[in-house]
Formats: sequence, structure tokens, C-alpha cells
Amino acid sequence: MIRLLEIEAIKLWNSKISRVLIISYFALLISIALISAIKFDIGPIEFHLADQGIFNFPYIWHFNSYVAALFKLFLAIVIVSMMSNEYSNKTLKQNLIDGLSKKEFVLSKFLTVVVFAGVSTVFIFVVSMILGLAFSDYDEIGIIFSDLEFLIAFFVKLMGFFSFCLFLGVLVKRSAFALGFLILWQVFEGILYLFIRSRSDSSLAEGISRFFPLDSMSNLIKEPFTRLGAVKSVASQLGEELARDYAVHWYEILIVLAWTFAFVYFSYLLLKKRDL
Amino acid sequence: METILTINNLTKKFGALTAVKDLSFTIEKGNVYGLLGPNGSGKSTTLGIVLNVVNKTSGDFHWFDGNVSTHDALKKVGAIIERPNFYPYMSAIQNLRLVCKIKEVKTNKIEESLRLVGLWDRRDSNFSTYSLGMKQRLAIASALLNDPEILILDEPTNGLDPQGIHQIREIIKKIAAGGTTILLASHLLDEVEKVCSHVVILRKGEKLYSGRVDQMVASHGFFELKASDPKALESILENSGYFTNIQTENGLIRAFLKEPLEANSLNEMMFQKGIVLSHLVKRQASLEEQFLTLTNKQTV
Repeated sequence: MIRLLEIEAIKLWNSKISRVLIISYFALLISIALISAIKFDIGPIEFHLADQGIFNFPYIWHFNSYVAALFKLFLAIVIVSMMSNEYSNKTLKQNLIDGLSKKEFVLSKFLTVVVFAGVSTVFIFVVSMILGLAFSDYDEIGIIFSDLEFLIAFFVKLMGFFSFCLFLGVLVKRSAFALGFLILWQVFEGILYLFIRSRSDSSLAEGISRFFPLDSMSNLIKEPFTRLGAVKSVASQLGEELARDYAVHWYEILIVLAWTFAFVYFSYLLLKKRDL
Repeated sequence: METILTINNLTKKFGALTAVKDLSFTIEKGNVYGLLGPNGSGKSTTLGIVLNVVNKTSGDFHWFDGNVSTHDALKKVGAIIERPNFYPYMSAIQNLRLVCKIKEVKTNKIEESLRLVGLWDRRDSNFSTYSLGMKQRLAIASALLNDPEILILDEPTNGLDPQGIHQIREIIKKIAAGGTTILLASHLLDEVEKVCSHVVILRKGEKLYSGRVDQMVASHGFFELKASDPKALESILENSGYFTNIQTENGLIRAFLKEPLEANSLNEMMFQKGIVLSHLVKRQASLEEQFLTLTNKQTV
């Protein structure tokens, strides 16, 4: 396993573009901390974002994992191209001739994806912990370590999304087209959702669409903004009751894990079936 | 003798096209094999199948004694097929380190093999900056990293300039001299003739011949002759009963032997008949001539 990761590390780290993208991705994750610096001083109105409760435990786990997941597109580029370049450089063929099995090849890519997701999760944990300890109004141990399922959801979400990217890389074999396909797929899921809703009702459409690959991933961590105390109080003043279900559900995680498995397995099947 | 590769009734179909048809042969340790055939005869497909990159349709093959999986066996094989494929953004050294990692061998042979192919001075240049000849040489260096039991080369001189062709052939000869088993696929007959002891000949995916080069066509060789009176020479040759076929080309007479006959006996015989030869050479048929004889025979 270590050998497979080392193989992938040599391939990735020696490429200038992937190196730059990987470093910028993790720099961006840290830069979430910069949100704390957002401060407006317009005459009598003094607004400091960090004081609005967004860094309160345990809300911060939800907020940061949601925001950090937006940056995943950076790594998606790296992952799609690390797969499709093997085709365009024909190095996949050479790897197989040199004695890597097709199973090992897919496994080395998948392990890399798991490592990326894992390291991202650790980063978010550390950044959130530091921010929380600095700005949170609550700092009892029990509160700090509650709601950590958002981090699990974050890890599963990234792993699922990156596995999807891997699969697209194998399927399309060209990185630019694979990324285009990713966007196309997102649009396709939206259209399919609207189609079902037009034929029946929105609850059925939502019931079905939460099994779609990209939808299931975005459902894992719901948007955190309407959960914020400040937003809630504004809404209730307007006579609007915001009662949403923000929790991470086990079946949502299960759906994404099933997709992850499917994508990795389909990548392997495709690779096995194709003549190079 | 130790068997390196066994192929049994291997068949590969691409849709309606049958690229390899019921092919069987074995590769024994220590020999230099040529896999011969015109373009599109199934050479690369056959190699692709045994190298785990093309799926077979039917039949089977196994490496060594058949107790190891194909990908593990390939770690003991050095192979170059068609164009050399490496990571363009990595240097020679980085690429070879990666190959060592895949083959699970130590990196200590990198310098030795880069020196053998004459790329040590350019070891830190990116692969993308190499000329085709250098890329091909790097591929050979990479195939040697694991001290392979067998070296497989598919058209290694294709697309190279004369100097590049010469360099590659010198390297192959050096490796063959070291006792490494080699399987060389080529449509260039003289290339195979220069280095190979055994050949497997394919045409349209079918095996025409496999065995030693010198036993390919049962032939006793031929004489090239010249004399001041070619007409008289020709009629004497025809009446002697030793020859199957006599051809005249630009005043040079080629007489193909039916049975063994030494050059000095022929000379003596001609002298007794009053003909003085100005040119007398006894030759074996070249691989090209044998190949054409064989393919013609099969067509009829």
C-alpha cells in the first residue's frame, strides 16, 4: 500500500502544475481563518464577522466544513488530470508493462484520493479548532467535541467527489473534457430533478434526487447560513420560521459511500475491459 | 531447457478482424528470438497480450513455469513496445526511479543502465526535451533496471535515423552478448538476421514458422558464377543435375543447389569441361530470400 502511494507521489510531486495546485488548495483551506479578519467600521456601525457567532462551537464544525468543501474543485483538477494524463502520455500502458497490475493502478489512484480527503479533514479540524478556541463563546469540552459528524461527512464527501473525478478521468481520457463532463453532469442532475418535479411533486423529486451522485454529496453538509443565530433572528422578525434539518444522516453517508465504491469499481472494470 | 514464455492457441479478434489466430510458440532461455512479419501481421498485438495491455479473445499464455501472475512475471521482464512512454515533465532519473518503484527493485542500477545507453550526461533533463533516439535509448535503459530474464523489443529502430539505428543495434548486441534472452519483433529482415538465432514468422496473425533461423528453409545454398562464355556455362550447369534453378542477372549466374556441392569441386568440374570461371562464390540464402520462399510456398 505504501508502495502504491509512493508511486503516485512521485508522479504528482514532480509535476509543477499539480504541485502548485495542491499547495494552493491547502493554502486556501488555511485562509478560512482570514474570515475572522473581516471587519467593517462604517461610522456608527461596527461589524466584526468573527463576533457574529460563526466561530462558536459546535457550529464552527458545520460552517467550516461547508466552506472548505467549496475549494474541492482545485483538487478535482489535479485528480482528473492525474488519471487522464496517464492515458494521453500512454504511461498507463508503460506502467502495466513494467509490472503494475490494473487493480494496483486503480488502487494507487484511489489511495491518493483517500489521502487527499484525509489530509483536508485534518486541516479543517486543526484550523477550526484554533479559530474556535480563539473566538468561540462556549469552550466546554463537551460542546467543543459535539457535532463532529460534520467532519466525517466532509471526509466522505471529498472522497466521493474525488472518486467521481477519477472515474471521469478514466471514462473520458482527456482532462479538459472530463472537467467539462463534470459540469455537464451537474446540469444534467438539475434538469432531471426539474423534470421529475414537473411530472409529480417536489417531495418525490427530492426523494429521488438525493440518490444522484452529486446531489447526494452536496446533501451531506447542508448550507449553514440560515442556522446562524443572527440570520435566524432577522428571519423571525420578518415572520419567517426557519426550521430546517441540518443534521448529517447515516443513510446520506451510506449513499455517498455506495457511489464511491461504484465509481472506483467501474474505473477498474473500464480499465480491465479496454485494450490499450 | 528453461522455458520463459509459453503461448497456446492464442487468438485475438478486433471486431470482425482477427489479428492473431490460434498462435502457439515457446520462448526458451538464452536464445535470441526474432518475431517476424509484415506490418499488420499481429506482432504487436501478440506482445500486447503477453504484456498485459491487450485482452485476449481465447487461448492462453503463461510466463516462466506458470506459477506467477502475469503482472508479477512482468517485473522480471524488460519490454519496450512501439513508442517510448514516459512522464514528459520528469527527468530521466526521476522516470527511472518510478520504474524501480513499480518493479520493486533497488535504484542502484540506474547509473549503470543510463551509462550503457549513453544518457548519463543528460540524466537531469526532462523527458520532453529528448530526441526520438534518446527516448528509445531511455526506454532500453528502463527495461534493463531489473536485470530482466527476457528483453522484449518491438520495432526498436522504427523511425530512427541511421545513426540512431546503429546505436540501438549496438546496444542490443551488447545485451545479447551478456546472455540475456531477447525477443525482437521487427519487419526488417536484416535486423533480425544480424542478431537472432531463432525466428517466429507471422502472416495475417498466423504462424508460418518457428525454429532456428538456419533451418528455416532446407537449402544447400547457391553459387554465384561468371565466365567469359555465359551461354556455355549455363548449359553445362543445367546438364550437370546438381541444380534446381538457374538464373541470369546482369551477366551473373545464380545456380541453386539441389544437393551438397563444395566450391572447389564445382571449379574442378568446370575446368575439366573447358570453362574458366572469373567469379565463383558459394552463398547461403539470406533471411529475406528464405522468408520470401517460405511466404510464397504458403500462399500457393
